[in-house]
Amino acid sequence: MADDPVPGTVDRPLRVAIIGAGPTGFYAADHLLRQAGVVVEVDLFDRLPTPFGLVRLGVAPDHQKIKSVTAAFDKVATQPRVRFFGHVELGKDVEVEELRRHYHQIVYCTGAQTDRRMGIPGEDLRGSHPATEFVAWYNGHPDFRDYQFDLTQERVAVVGVGNVAVDVARILCRSPEELATTDIADAALEALRGSRVREVYLLGRRGPAQAAFTNPEIKELGELADADITARPDEVLLDELTRVSLQKTPDRATTKKVEILQGYARRERTGKSKLLVARFLVSPVELVSDATGGVASIRLVRNRLVATPAGTLQPKPTGETEELPVGMVFRSVGYRGVPLPGVPFNESWGVILNERGRVLDGDTKQPVTGEYTAGWIKRGPSGVIGTNKPDAAETVACMMEDRAHGRLLRPEAPEAAAVEALLRQRQPLCFSYGDWRRLDELEVAAGRRAGRPRVKFTSIDEMASALGRRVE
Amino acid sequence: MNIASLLASKGIKVVTVAPQDTIREGLRRLAEHNIGALVVVDVHGGLVGIVSERDVVRALARTEAILAEPIAAIMTRNVIIGTPQDDLAAAGNTMTERRIRHLPVVEGGRLVGIISIGDIVKAQRNQYQGEVDTLQIQLLAEADVKSPQAS
Repeated sequence: MADDPVPGTVDRPLRVAIIGAGPTGFYAADHLLRQAGVVVEVDLFDRLPTPFGLVRLGVAPDHQKIKSVTAAFDKVATQPRVRFFGHVELGKDVEVEELRRHYHQIVYCTGAQTDRRMGIPGEDLRGSHPATEFVAWYNGHPDFRDYQFDLTQERVAVVGVGNVAVDVARILCRSPEELATTDIADAALEALRGSRVREVYLLGRRGPAQAAFTNPEIKELGELADADITARPDEVLLDELTRVSLQKTPDRATTKKVEILQGYARRERTGKSKLLVARFLVSPVELVSDATGGVASIRLVRNRLVATPAGTLQPKPTGETEELPVGMVFRSVGYRGVPLPGVPFNESWGVILNERGRVLDGDTKQPVTGEYTAGWIKRGPSGVIGTNKPDAAETVACMMEDRAHGRLLRPEAPEAAAVEALLRQRQPLCFSYGDWRRLDELEVAAGRRAGRPRVKFTSIDEMASALGRRVE
Repeated sequence: MNIASLLASKGIKVVTVAPQDTIREGLRRLAEHNIGALVVVDVHGGLVGIVSERDVVRALARTEAILAEPIAAIMTRNVIIGTPQDDLAAAGNTMTERRIRHLPVVEGGRLVGIISIGDIVKAQRNQYQGEVDTLQIQLLAEADVKSPQAS
């Protein structure tokens, strides 16, 4: 042993804890297991009993195809050197300090768990919600299953034009028949069956060319079974600055995006029962209250685009305002990470303080031995699921470089059994990957009977009793 | 994607130099940190210029005596700056058009980082790789739906 102090052999594997079993956690595990000549053992932790993070609880239920990415994660999780500990929360069931006694390296992949606020008066009125709460609710997130949304409202505004905003608008506009063939949470399906929502406004602060949504996403909005789509001709015109920028740097996708939206502006209503209105160049300045403290309307200011020195077209308010009567508002204007107890955090960017995935000490700004980060909690929420793969690869490269130089934690009890004993004692209702596979089978079987991809368990108690486990 | 998402994992170190420092000192810092440009800041930390390895090369080609001169003699004073909210793609286009390889990032008058054209290329490559990967997964899933296995 003294001859080879660096762990990574069959006799003495490199032991890694990954905190957060979402896509990034699995990509990181996959990269680690593929390292030639280094034997790595990975334990994946998640505070929920189920793995896959936002693939299960963020990706919209009517976008099943993208969820097939979990087949690759399944291959990772079923390798002999990988374990999953579900329903174990860092800072609650186990502390970072304790993990340091059991692992050579720790990787935080906890994502961007909170939404940015709009910072306008009336933001907390009844009927104003973060879009993510609605997403978590319709996807059956156990923490959100009892949330209530007032779907008796006929008019709803969704602030933002990113993919979360588009998902929320689309789910609100789907017919019950369309939703019934998805894996949407049962409670949400029931509530949406009784929905009286008739008009949904998607509000973008910049022009159509700058909107974050992709062309397939915006095309899909034009093909809903029971909702028409429209846009205002003056808001989907190509402004001069954008036109010049597209001339200098042609971009077919952006040109196409504007064309699709201009097509929507020319569409007539076809008598579908709902209407989706895509608005641009407007920013909310206030949510106006009704007599009972609920949202009555949203006040908007019209923007024009101005170029920054670096060339970005930014919205600038013109002073011209309008009031849009809506009874419910979902905000989706950006996301940020939540600090983990005992892990240095960069408040400005809403991420763990890091350099290429190496966690940095808050005071010295030097790397903290043995601690790493990847995914949205490392770089902020950007890109698609697959963007986290190269991101995790960068982090793993740093981990391997540090291992080669012996810059590792020196755990006193690195044996796989030692940490398992601790975890089972701290959280008796801990879920293994085998447990997840059983839950998955049950969900899919229930779905088959109902003509749906799956019927989700939406509470931890349900999951425990389905497995015949006693709930503490 | 914006500049903030790039700075978030780049670390917070910006290597700076003072306008009265010598060009020799500037060269030393470029070499020590293995970088291509230095942000020039005054005593209050305010950005007053930028000096790139090319600026030094051009000056040296004229006369080697320049090494003892102050940075202020060769720095670019009219610096194009970015903010964390700038779109990465727009910044990349501006840098390509204006032929600049480094963009200091300023927020609320404070220097918060610097990005290079290489950083942008890397971020865009990761973005495209991720998109291709995700699209392929969807296409494969579609193929599975269209040709289900006989049961």
